[in-house]
Amino acid sequence: MQRTWKQDLKYGLKRGLPIALGYVPVSFTFGLMAVSGGIPIWMAVFISLSNLTSAGQFAGTNLIILGAGYFEITLTTFIINIRYMLMSLSLTQRLDKNMNLPKRLLVGYGVTDEIFSIASMEEGTLRFPYLLGLIMGPVLGWTTGTALGAIISAALPESLSNAMGIALYGMFIAIILPVAKKSKPVSMIIAISVMVVCILRYLPLFQIVSSGFRVIIATIIAAGIGAFLFPIADNEDLGEDRSSGQDITIEQDEEEGGNLI
Amino acid sequence: MNLNYAFIAVLLMALVTYIPRVLPIVVFRREIKSKYIKSFLRYVPYAVLGALTFPDIFYSTQNILTAICGTAVALILAYRNKSLVVVAIGAIVTVYITGLII
Repeated sequence: MQRTWKQDLKYGLKRGLPIALGYVPVSFTFGLMAVSGGIPIWMAVFISLSNLTSAGQFAGTNLIILGAGYFEITLTTFIINIRYMLMSLSLTQRLDKNMNLPKRLLVGYGVTDEIFSIASMEEGTLRFPYLLGLIMGPVLGWTTGTALGAIISAALPESLSNAMGIALYGMFIAIILPVAKKSKPVSMIIAISVMVVCILRYLPLFQIVSSGFRVIIATIIAAGIGAFLFPIADNEDLGEDRSSGQDITIEQDEEEGGNLI
Repeated sequence: MNLNYAFIAVLLMALVTYIPRVLPIVVFRREIKSKYIKSFLRYVPYAVLGALTFPDIFYSTQNILTAICGTAVALILAYRNKSLVVVAIGAIVTVYITGLII
């Protein structure tokens, strides 16, 4: 039988709690990095609340710190976030058909790698109260973690905050290496992408190409070659430890669960 | 930091993060059929993150030597499937400690 609004919401909240907890340490590092790069605390929190994503907001914030142009920042963030289209597309097949526009607009905001994964695992139609509950916890975890990191960063010695510059890249490595290890196509795509970026960066001929565009060009070439050489079936596993992951979902080993929005 | 510039950039980022998420939910009711496009989209994150990481990681600290040490530690930890927080903190600590020595 149909559950009540309140029961649905409660169930969603319960399902979202583990995601919320996983987001805290990751967003903490984001807060640290943003503030050590000169972003005010309130703005770091605002970035997390308004973007609610990791790779995209890390890259975008990094470009802001470097003083890049609007077009470059926008396009780079967009390219990184294109993958969400796939997840949202997949969700549309399961959403309550009677959900109205304002509710759909709110659900769209909460489509992250983890929220999508959990929602996909549920059976039957996805109703609004459930999704609302599922999204609330992670949003809170993501913004709270950012605030904590941002506040603590202001009290960190300079030598330590200089060292934090590597955090973002360390996290990127933590995301791609475990998958690359298991998937030959993924490791090839990464290699091609890095090669293209290095050519654009170090060959004098291409010096006019800015850093954001280097990433975009490398991505299109590498993912394009990859899709051409290694087209993948719908639910084929790339080596992410999640059957529904269509993205940069991270491994969750026994001791520590990694999370990435 | 120019706050106006940063704030506008953040709004633009939020917009292009929100659009790919919300557009299918509001507009489309069908799924992408092309295997090529689907594969391309699934490979995008890896290509992006690879291009974002290398070679920039080597210039991410005050000194390229400390960055190389941090990268090596990050690679080892990630290869052992450590979570991204552990990998990031491992790299930071390595850079910090080697920075004290060098």
